[in-house]
Amino acid sequence: MLSIKNLHTSVVGKPILKGINLEINAGEVHAIMGPNGSGKSTLANVLAGRENYEVTQGEVLYMGLNLLDWSTEQRACEGIFLAFQYPVEIPGVSNIYLLKAAVNARRKYQGLPDMPAVEFLRLIREKAKVVEMKEEFLHRSVNEGFSGGEKKRNEILQMAVIEPTLAILDETDSGLDIDAMKIVADGVNSLRNPERAFIVVTHYQRLLDYIVPDFVHVLAEGRIVKSGDKLLALELEREGYGWIEKEPVAKSVGA
Amino acid sequence: MTTAVDHYVTAREAISLPGSGQGWLDALRGSGVSKLREDGFPTLSNENWRYTNIRPILRQTFNPAPSARKESGHEEFAGLILPELHSHRIVFIDGHYARALSSLDHLPAAITVEPMATAVACGRNGVKEWLGKCIPEDSSGFTALNTAFIEDGLYLHLASDIHVQHPVEVVFFTTKTGGQLVQPRNLFIIGENSRVHIIERYVSTGVDSHLTNSVTELVAENSAVVEHTRLQEEGGRAFHVGGLFMRAKGNSHVISNNVALGSMIARTDLTIALADEGACCTLNGVYLGSGRQHIDNFTQVDHQVPHCKSDEFYKGVLTDRARAVFYGRVIVHEGAQHTDAQQQNRNLLLSADAEVDTKPQLEIYADDVKCSHGATVGQLDESATYYLRTRGIDETTARSLLTWAFAADVINRISSTPVRNHVEGILGKKLFGVERLEELV
Repeated sequence: MLSIKNLHTSVVGKPILKGINLEINAGEVHAIMGPNGSGKSTLANVLAGRENYEVTQGEVLYMGLNLLDWSTEQRACEGIFLAFQYPVEIPGVSNIYLLKAAVNARRKYQGLPDMPAVEFLRLIREKAKVVEMKEEFLHRSVNEGFSGGEKKRNEILQMAVIEPTLAILDETDSGLDIDAMKIVADGVNSLRNPERAFIVVTHYQRLLDYIVPDFVHVLAEGRIVKSGDKLLALELEREGYGWIEKEPVAKSVGA
Repeated sequence: MTTAVDHYVTAREAISLPGSGQGWLDALRGSGVSKLREDGFPTLSNENWRYTNIRPILRQTFNPAPSARKESGHEEFAGLILPELHSHRIVFIDGHYARALSSLDHLPAAITVEPMATAVACGRNGVKEWLGKCIPEDSSGFTALNTAFIEDGLYLHLASDIHVQHPVEVVFFTTKTGGQLVQPRNLFIIGENSRVHIIERYVSTGVDSHLTNSVTELVAENSAVVEHTRLQEEGGRAFHVGGLFMRAKGNSHVISNNVALGSMIARTDLTIALADEGACCTLNGVYLGSGRQHIDNFTQVDHQVPHCKSDEFYKGVLTDRARAVFYGRVIVHEGAQHTDAQQQNRNLLLSADAEVDTKPQLEIYADDVKCSHGATVGQLDESATYYLRTRGIDETTARSLLTWAFAADVINRISSTPVRNHVEGILGKKLFGVERLEELV
């Protein structure tokens, strides 16, 4: 599904990613771990299409096509979703309006008419239950005055409604207590299926107790330095990131 | 400057006004003439007018429209009513009461809605007592000009303990004749413990310039709840100067929605005196400037006594070469302890040539108060644009949506859905060429 080859990225002239190689297939969950400043969020955002993130080398193929040629919105319409580390507050735009706009933008891209209002409302109500979000939240402005946990649950709600092909979760666990994390993880797990892949960016192993990954990659100084299965995350939890710097650059993994 | 003053003083002498011969009224009008003679019109050296050059207004000569013209302009007006709004409507054309266009059949008995010309001539309840009383000492020559000419406008008197269900809507429509001086003079007295929403609309469609110079005085008696929505949507070559001078008595709540969309040069002076304990005001404002429009909102909140609350929230969107001014003065008088005064002014500039001058000014002469203010001028939030784009919304739509949301934040504070829809419609047409938010996506 996604093939990242020797990806180099600079942000405001400063090299952040220095040769990322990663293969992701449908149905897989890949965890990206690493110390602060290792480039985890940059990787998430360069895939989503953040402007001013300059790709200086390498390529990214999504479904065999050159992802980096596409605008941010085109990537979204093609099925890529980014759950933000810091979801943006948008006063004056209601949650439900954003969801409707997102659903219909994608349908328009696919040449489909707008989703009928009744069907849309049924969909939203059903998905809101999954993340235990009260209906009143749907009518509030996007993320405005939401607690940290509510913002993250809102990201998962959007993901559940949009039903992406490749979902990227950027530190979705940061700032969450254990109950909120379980709700978020349940939301993600309910969306796992053989056609969908996930990239779970996280600093801590904790989230991976609930979203069990197929592969774990350790990112340090803009490179993947080690890859393994879920046991690698446990090892990191025990040992910390201190030993990482000594490791040689790993080969890409994934089937 | 003198020439403009001379012109208007001469014009004043040439016409006869309703109710003249009553000592108090003659004296009031006379005070307007003498204040205008003494002070003249404001210049840039006047601190309250330093960002608004009114010389283009004074360069032209405007004349009061004769009342005979009121029968024309009906066809022009027909398309301008808000069809979804169920209101008690009173219409003035070129400043004169147009009975045929008004619909006042279903008014509750406890409310008097009639032309000021009748109210001053017949000495209605509260007219003598209140007319001219809400105007601050330092008001401008424009206010004096209006006072000199007190002729017509809306007189509204609401008895105590009445809840008026539908809004009272007063529409001042200026025809395409051009060159008119239209000077509505309104007085709204809201009785104790009563509730009403008053909508004051200024519309014109003509391509020729005219000058609207209105003055509204509003008195909220004890425990009254008044919503006042001012919609200024005059034509692109109009000059609009408007005063809204309010007095809130004990435990009353005044909600002012000040919407400035039209005119070439538009200035409003809005003052409110929180005169007795427990008085409270919410001042919402939204202004949208495009082309070469100049929109100036001067506001002043007077906390005269303890335990009053004011919450002011003004937002502006400027594009092209438009310019806006916000002057937010809050005075907490000596002894006005436990005052709660909040003020926010936020501006969104959509083009490099748009400009805004914002000037919050808090003057606090009491020591146990809660006051805050904030002013921002900025562009659209790039992180919000990015966020929307990652949800599949294209860049142009994302920007329009964020602009819309920025303004809707204030527009949504207007209680009447048809009025909100109308304002959003104008915003949509002005900025994006669509009338409803739904059309954007």
